[in-house]
Amino acid sequence: MAGSAGLALGARELLQAPSAHAAGAERGGAGASHGGGVNGPMFAQGATVDYEANGFNPTDILRDFDLGRTSTMPDGRTLREWSITAVDKEIEVAPGVVFPAWTLNGRIPGPTLRCTEGDRLRVRFVNASEHPHTLHFHGIHPADMDGVPMVGRGVISPGEEFVYEFDAEPFGLHLFHCHVGPLAEHIARGMYGTFIIDPKQGRPPADEMVMVQHGYNTTLDAQGNQLYAVNGIPFAYMNEPIRVRVGELVRVYLVNILEYDPINSFHLHGNFFNYYPTGTSLTPAELTDTIMQAQGQRGICEMRFPTEGMFMFHAHKSEFAELGWMGFFEVTP
Amino acid sequence: MTERTDSKTAGPQDREPGPRDTEQVTAGPAEADDGPQPRPHDGNGTAGRAVRVPLWVLGVAVTAVIGLVLGLLAVFGAGTLPERAGPPIEELAVERTVLSPGVIELTVRNIGSDPVQVSQVFVNDAYVGFTGGGEPLQRLSTTTLALDYPWSDGTPYIVSMLTSTGLVIEHEIAAAVITPPADADFFGRMVLIGTYIGIIPVLLGMLFLPVLRQARGRSVKILLALSVGVLAFLAVDAIIEGAELAASGAVFGGVLLVVLGAGFAYLVLMGVDRWLRSRTAAARRHDAAGGMRLALLIAIGIGLHNMAEGLVIGSAYAVGELALGAALIIGFVINNVTEGVAIVAPLADRRPGWLALLGLGLVAGAPAILGAVIGGAVNNPALAAVLFGLGVGAIAQVVVQILPSLREPGTRTFDARVVGGFALGVLLMYATSLFSAA
Ligand SMILES: [Cu+2]
Repeated sequence: MAGSAGLALGARELLQAPSAHAAGAERGGAGASHGGGVNGPMFAQGATVDYEANGFNPTDILRDFDLGRTSTMPDGRTLREWSITAVDKEIEVAPGVVFPAWTLNGRIPGPTLRCTEGDRLRVRFVNASEHPHTLHFHGIHPADMDGVPMVGRGVISPGEEFVYEFDAEPFGLHLFHCHVGPLAEHIARGMYGTFIIDPKQGRPPADEMVMVQHGYNTTLDAQGNQLYAVNGIPFAYMNEPIRVRVGELVRVYLVNILEYDPINSFHLHGNFFNYYPTGTSLTPAELTDTIMQAQGQRGICEMRFPTEGMFMFHAHKSEFAELGWMGFFEVTP
Repeated sequence: MTERTDSKTAGPQDREPGPRDTEQVTAGPAEADDGPQPRPHDGNGTAGRAVRVPLWVLGVAVTAVIGLVLGLLAVFGAGTLPERAGPPIEELAVERTVLSPGVIELTVRNIGSDPVQVSQVFVNDAYVGFTGGGEPLQRLSTTTLALDYPWSDGTPYIVSMLTSTGLVIEHEIAAAVITPPADADFFGRMVLIGTYIGIIPVLLGMLFLPVLRQARGRSVKILLALSVGVLAFLAVDAIIEGAELAASGAVFGGVLLVVLGAGFAYLVLMGVDRWLRSRTAAARRHDAAGGMRLALLIAIGIGLHNMAEGLVIGSAYAVGELALGAALIIGFVINNVTEGVAIVAPLADRRPGWLALLGLGLVAGAPAILGAVIGGAVNNPALAAVLFGLGVGAIAQVVVQILPSLREPGTRTFDARVVGGFALGVLLMYATSLFSAA
């Protein structure tokens, strides 16, 4: 018994040794010497993806509004035409990580279509993918233009094409995406884009940009995402901050098309912004620095930066931020 | 008891001629081969049919035929299978984790059939910068990834390695602590741990010998049954532990390693047993060394088991999981005392010297030191799986040795009290193992 007690004492000393060791001056991470990684998440060796090979660059997508080909119809209205092609394409979604994407016009997100309230719209959809797809637009339109299976033309098979035609209403910030089952996969593979209908009277002039929040489920198992991004590539605006000017009105068309996670969010540092849900009203709903959007929700954020400097923005779901959904505004004079 | 040990040792003795018999049997046809030869000579003109082909020609011919067929199969058969479609099969095993301030270092091995490129890594859902792993990792080769991450003491982490194809391979760190450097101080601690859990409790258990000596006849048999219970429990426990380790590491065949280790230990110990028998052949008739031989075999079996146990404790110490406290070591000590009892059970009616007893204790206990040192320094799941397998095989061999002597003389049945002893051994081990449930 006595021997056993002595053993216990000896054992206790023995066992506590490693913890005591760690709690000393060289305590891991939390101690005086920080070690690495404290500056936040990043990819290996600060690498970036090959935008040229991908065929698109998030910085270009930011201010790339596709106004289509316009002409005037006999009744005086504007006819606006686009052509969108579905292509299967491997995309480098993080340095060295390839994702077998299904894209619209070869990019993720697809094109940002922009028109004015009351325009006649014709969207020619060419399916050059190996899978059946559709284009489903948010907004108001006839049932047979809804781009869902079994209604109107329904599914557009590989090699086929179809022209969706409808009027632009209501004004606001919308989106479009493929609506073929399994729906979650068709969206998660990259088949979505932004659809902006400007009000007839227009909005005040501003430095306008679009941000599409989305993610990549690289394991293709529908169990959450491994990467989160705005406009295609995680951390893109960390490496290339978005340049804006002091005092100038900045208008962000913010869309959430994230699959496999119920809610996404947008948080801006060092500033507040006016938020217009769905952009269907010209009066802001709130002045805030953080908004949240469920899948398919979108809204317009308007802000002015009073001072120069670097201002971070990111999902305020920290996990999404640290898995890629974060960036910087670089405010210059 | 004596008669029983006799009958037990007599058993194999009786069986020994067996192999010789079979040798003769196999020798039979060989002779028969020569036999028919003269017959054609004796007989009529059929002699030409039986032209004797030299053995080497036959060998070469058969080898050539086999080679030809294999060659044809390689050329035509391979085309039968379609090209393997679908994504590559990527598998990585983390063989070693080293934590230093702000850095998590993983040594990974490609255990799949295709090259693997670790492109990005995230820890607890945050991407981290890291160095290493630049080139695709070829099959069975290793690389070391140094992750830049401000880990904190005692926290669990999940490291997710994102491959070039988008696959995620996860590695769990149960509780992060600084990896102790493999210096003299570290090895000193490992030796101490091994001594605490191996040698001391076994020797303590052997102190029961005087008590056992008071036992007579059947009670000794019951005690031996208790040893078998102890060993059976250890074997099952080792299979489970080994399989768990193999599953977590899955290196070089996983569970297969446990099985191979078990088979290897079983065969080697069978050899050792034969050797011990031949050495004690003269004395066997008087059964002077039979009990000692059995005790030694039990000690070896338990020793191999304790080596695996030491390995687990050593590697747990190295990765900081022993921060659970002294209770764990006390648990192992109490658990292992029972092993000492098992070793001295066959010696109940003998008068072994103190030196011999100490030797038995060291055989059973000292491997724990070796295991702890290896576990702390190497911390390799594949090695651990093999060691557990060795323990299982050793125990199986010992149980096979003891079982015949537990039967009722002249029958194949066991006395109810013997079965009770067996059950008590299992229960004792189960109850005491609860103290060290980690
Ligand atoms: Cu689709």
